[in-house]
Amino acid sequence: MRYFVRKLAFYVVALWAAVTLNFFIPRLLPGNPVDILMAKLQQRGGSVDPAVRRTYELLLGSNSHESLWSQYVSYWYNMAHGDFGVSVSAFPARVSDVIAQSLPWTIVLVGLATLISFALGILLGIIVGWRRGSWLDSVVPATTVLAAVPYFWLALILVALFSSTLHWFPLLGGYDVRLALGWNWGFIGSAAYHAVLPALTIVISSVGGWLLGMRNMMVSTASEDYILTAQAKGLRPGRIMMRYAARNAVLPSLAGFAISLGFVVSGAIVTEQVFSYPGVGSKLLQAVQNNDYALMQGIFLVITVAVLGANLIVDLLYGVIDPRTRNHS
Amino acid sequence: MTNISPLTEPVGEPLQAPAHADPGGARPRSVSSWRAILPRWSPKLGVGLGLVTAIALFGIVGPLLVGDPSAINNIGLTPPGSGYLLGTTQTGQDVFAQLTYATRGSLQIGLMVGVMATALSAFFGIIGGYVGGVTDESFSLFSNVMLVIPGLPLVIVISAFVPAAQRGTTMIAVVLAITGWAASSRVLRAQTLSLRNRDYVAAARVSGEKPWRVVTVEILPNLLPVLASQFVFAVVFAILAEAALSFLGLGASNSSTLGTMLYYAQNGFALQRSAWWWFVPPGTIIALFGCGLSLINFSIDEIINPKLRTEPKKRAARRSVAA
Amino acid sequence: MTTTSSPTAPDTRRRDTDSVLTVEHLDVVYQVASPVHAVRDVSLTLGRGEILGLAGESGCGKTTLAYAINRLHRPPAEVTRGSVTFHDRDGQDLDLLALENEDLRRFRWAKLSMVFQGAMNALNPVTSVRAQLDDVLTTHVPAMTRRARRARCVEVFELVGVDPGRLDSYPHELSGGMRQRVMIAMALLLNPQVMIMDEPTTALDVVVQRGILREILRLREELGFAVIFITHDLPLLLELSDRIAIMLEGEIVELASADEIYLRPQHPYTRKLLDAFPSLTGERGAFIRSGASSSREQLPGTDPNEVDPR
Repeated sequence: MRYFVRKLAFYVVALWAAVTLNFFIPRLLPGNPVDILMAKLQQRGGSVDPAVRRTYELLLGSNSHESLWSQYVSYWYNMAHGDFGVSVSAFPARVSDVIAQSLPWTIVLVGLATLISFALGILLGIIVGWRRGSWLDSVVPATTVLAAVPYFWLALILVALFSSTLHWFPLLGGYDVRLALGWNWGFIGSAAYHAVLPALTIVISSVGGWLLGMRNMMVSTASEDYILTAQAKGLRPGRIMMRYAARNAVLPSLAGFAISLGFVVSGAIVTEQVFSYPGVGSKLLQAVQNNDYALMQGIFLVITVAVLGANLIVDLLYGVIDPRTRNHS
Repeated sequence: MTNISPLTEPVGEPLQAPAHADPGGARPRSVSSWRAILPRWSPKLGVGLGLVTAIALFGIVGPLLVGDPSAINNIGLTPPGSGYLLGTTQTGQDVFAQLTYATRGSLQIGLMVGVMATALSAFFGIIGGYVGGVTDESFSLFSNVMLVIPGLPLVIVISAFVPAAQRGTTMIAVVLAITGWAASSRVLRAQTLSLRNRDYVAAARVSGEKPWRVVTVEILPNLLPVLASQFVFAVVFAILAEAALSFLGLGASNSSTLGTMLYYAQNGFALQRSAWWWFVPPGTIIALFGCGLSLINFSIDEIINPKLRTEPKKRAARRSVAA
Repeated sequence: MTTTSSPTAPDTRRRDTDSVLTVEHLDVVYQVASPVHAVRDVSLTLGRGEILGLAGESGCGKTTLAYAINRLHRPPAEVTRGSVTFHDRDGQDLDLLALENEDLRRFRWAKLSMVFQGAMNALNPVTSVRAQLDDVLTTHVPAMTRRARRARCVEVFELVGVDPGRLDSYPHELSGGMRQRVMIAMALLLNPQVMIMDEPTTALDVVVQRGILREILRLREELGFAVIFITHDLPLLLELSDRIAIMLEGEIVELASADEIYLRPQHPYTRKLLDAFPSLTGERGAFIRSGASSSREQLPGTDPNEVDPR
C-alpha cells in the first residue's frame, strides 16, 4: 500500500514541477514574448482585449509590478480551468480547443504504436534471450542499428520508399481531407490507412530498445537459482521461460518505461512533422514557427500530463506484478 | 537444458573464474591489470571502433580536403557525378562538402553534450548515492522528476523562447545536456549504492579515509565501465536529439550539422523531387555512428555484466579434453 | 519409459541392500582456458532408503557431483567419463546420462528430487508458494484435479510442519527456516525415491537446523526415500547418516559407515576433518592450544599434531 501512495505522491510532485517549469521558462529567458504575441494577434485581426492580454501575461510573464507569487497563483487558477488564452497560429480558436481537437490523433497513434512496439520488443527479447548461442544472438547487434537511426530520417526513407516511389501509402495527413470527419467506416478506414506509415516509423525505431533490454535481462535471469530449481523440478522449458524467467526479467523494462516513453514521445513529435499528421506534435511545431507561445505552453503541459499519467499507470502495474514492492515499498 | 556435450566453447581469459560470476566483495586487481578491465576483442567491438573512427576522421579531416560547402552554383539540383561526389543541393551547393562540415558540427555538439551530461549525471548520481540521507533523497527526486518530464518538448519550448540570434552551438549543447542527464544519473546511483556496500569500501571508510578519497580511489575506478557506457549513450542521445532539433528548425543557428542538412533538404523538397543523395547520406552517417557507438557499448556491457558474454566459437580447435 | 507414480504413500520401508543409484567412475571437468577437474573418478552406490552423507570442504566438488547426477550442471561443466544409473522401484534401470529432453524432464522430481541451499535464491520471487508447488503437479500429473492438487499441497505442508495457511505467501514473506521446509515439502510432492539435499541447513541457526533434521529422519522412516546429504559439517553427518563419503579435491577418499568413520577413520584427511571440530567436553582451550580433540579416543599411532602429507 505504501508503495502505491509513494508513487502517487511522486507524480503529484512531478506534475507540480512541470507546471512550475512551464511558468518560469518564459520568464527566465530573454525577450518579451507577450508583446510579440499581442502584435501577432493584431496582425491576424484580433483586438487588444485586456482579458486576453492578462491571460498571456500570466502565461509568459510581464513587466508589471505584480508580485511573482500572485502571478503564480493566478497562473495555477488558469491552468486548472484549462485557460491558455487564444491561439495565434490558429486564430481565432482558443488554445484549449486546438489541443482538444488534435490530441486524440496523437494519443491513438502514439498509444497504439507504443503498445505494439513494447509487446513485440518484449516478446522477441524473451525468445532471443532464452535461446542463447543460437543464430538469433547475431540479430541483436542489428537492432542497435535501428535504434540509432533517427526517427525522422527513418520516416523520410519510409515516405520516399512507400509513398513517393511505390505509392502504397499516402504521403501525408491524418485522413483523406475530402472525407467528412465522423464516426463512419469510411473515415475510420481512411484514418487507419494514413496511420500505418507513422506508426511503422515509431514501432521500428523503438522496438530495438525494448528487445535489447529484455534480452539482457533474460540472459541475466537465466543463471538465477530459481531457474535451476525449476529445471530440477522437470518443468517444461516453455513454462520455465515464461513463468520463471520472463516474469522476473520484464521488471526492469517496466521500471525503465519512463525513459523509453520519453524517447517515443520525442520521436512521435518529429514523425508527425514529417507526415504532417494532425496531432499535437505538429501543432506544437506550428506554434513554435509562429511564435504562438500560448499554444506552445498549453501543448507542453498536456504532453507532460499525458506522459506522467502513462508512467503512473506503468508504475502501478509494476507494483502489482512484483509482490516484493508491496511490503518493502 | 544441459546435455553431456557442451553447448558453448570455453571462455577465453575470463575476468573471474567461472565458479563465481558475481564480483562479490573481491577487491579489483591493481592498475597493472588494466588488461582485465578493457573490453575483450570481438568482431562487434572491431566493427564498432572501425565505424566510429572512420566517421570521426571524416568529420575532422574531411573539411580540410573539400571545397567550399556554401558556394552557390546555378546548376541546381543534380545527382552524383560530373565532379560532385554526392551531387548538389537545389542551390548548387556541393553535398559532399556539406556532409563533411555537417559531420564535424554534429560530432562537436555530440562531444560537448556527452561530457556535460555525463558530468551532471555523475555529480547527482555518484555523490547522491555515496552520501545517502537527505542529499540522496533530494538528488534522486530531482533526477526522477527531470526524467519523467518529456525531453524533446521541453527542449523545443526552451529553444523557442530563446531568440534565434542567441541560439548558438553552446546554448543548444547546454539545453540538451540539461534535459539529458537524468537517465544516466539513475544508473550511476544504483551502481554507487551497490559498490558502497562492498567490503573494501567499508574497510576504507572504517580506517578513516576521507570521503573524497574513498570516492576517487575506491569507487570511481570501478565505475569506469559504467561511466564509459553512459558517456557513449549520452553522445548518441546528443547527436540524435540535436539532429531532431535542427530538423525542426530549432537548432543552432550559426552552425552546420547533419540535422540542419536534413532541415534544408526537407525545405528544398528533396523528398518530393526524389533527391536521395541529399537526405540519405546525413541520416546514414548518424545511423552508422550511432550504431558504432552502440556496438562499443555492447562490449562495455559485457565487462559490467559477465553473464552477457558469448563465448567465441573459434576456440573449439584449441580446446583439449583434459583427463 | 516409466510413467510417474501417483502420489500416494508407498507401501514398504525397505532398508535392505538393494541399491537405488549407482555412480561409476564419474568425471566432471570445467572446460575453461585451463580445465578444472572438479570430480575425479567418483564411484558410489546409494542404497534404497539409505542416508548417504557427502562431506568435504568448500570447493571439493560435492555440489558439482550432485548436480551432475541430476544433469543440472551447466556449461562449461561437462561430464567426460563415467555412468550414473538409477534403479527404479519397479525393476527398471535408467541411464541418467543418456536420458534426453522429455524423458529427462519426466524423470526429474518424480524419481529424484533436490533440496537446494537455503541461502540461495531458489524460489521464484514473484509467484506464490502454492503456485510453485502446483507447477510440479500440473506438469507431472496433469490428470489431477484442482481440489486434489490443493489437498496434496496441504498434505506436504503438514508433513514438514508448516501451516497450510501460508500457501499463498510469497517467498520473501517467509523466514529462512520456513523457506527450507517449503523446499523440502516441494521435494516430497511426487514421492521421489531419492532426495539430494545440498547444504539444506547451512544458512539456518542450530535450533531450526535440529528441527529440520528431525523432520528429515522422520519422513525417511515414513516414506522410505534415500537421501544424499551434502554438507561441510561432518559431526552433523555422524549423527544423521548411515554411510558417509569424504570428498577431497574431486575424489572420494573414504566411504564407510558413520560408525567406522567416527571410530576408525582411515584416511589422514578424514582424521583431519574430525579433528577440526572443537568439542563441548574436555579441557577449555584444549582445541586451540594443542589441537587436541578429546571427543574421541586417541588412536595408537595417531598424533593430532602430525603434519598431513596431502
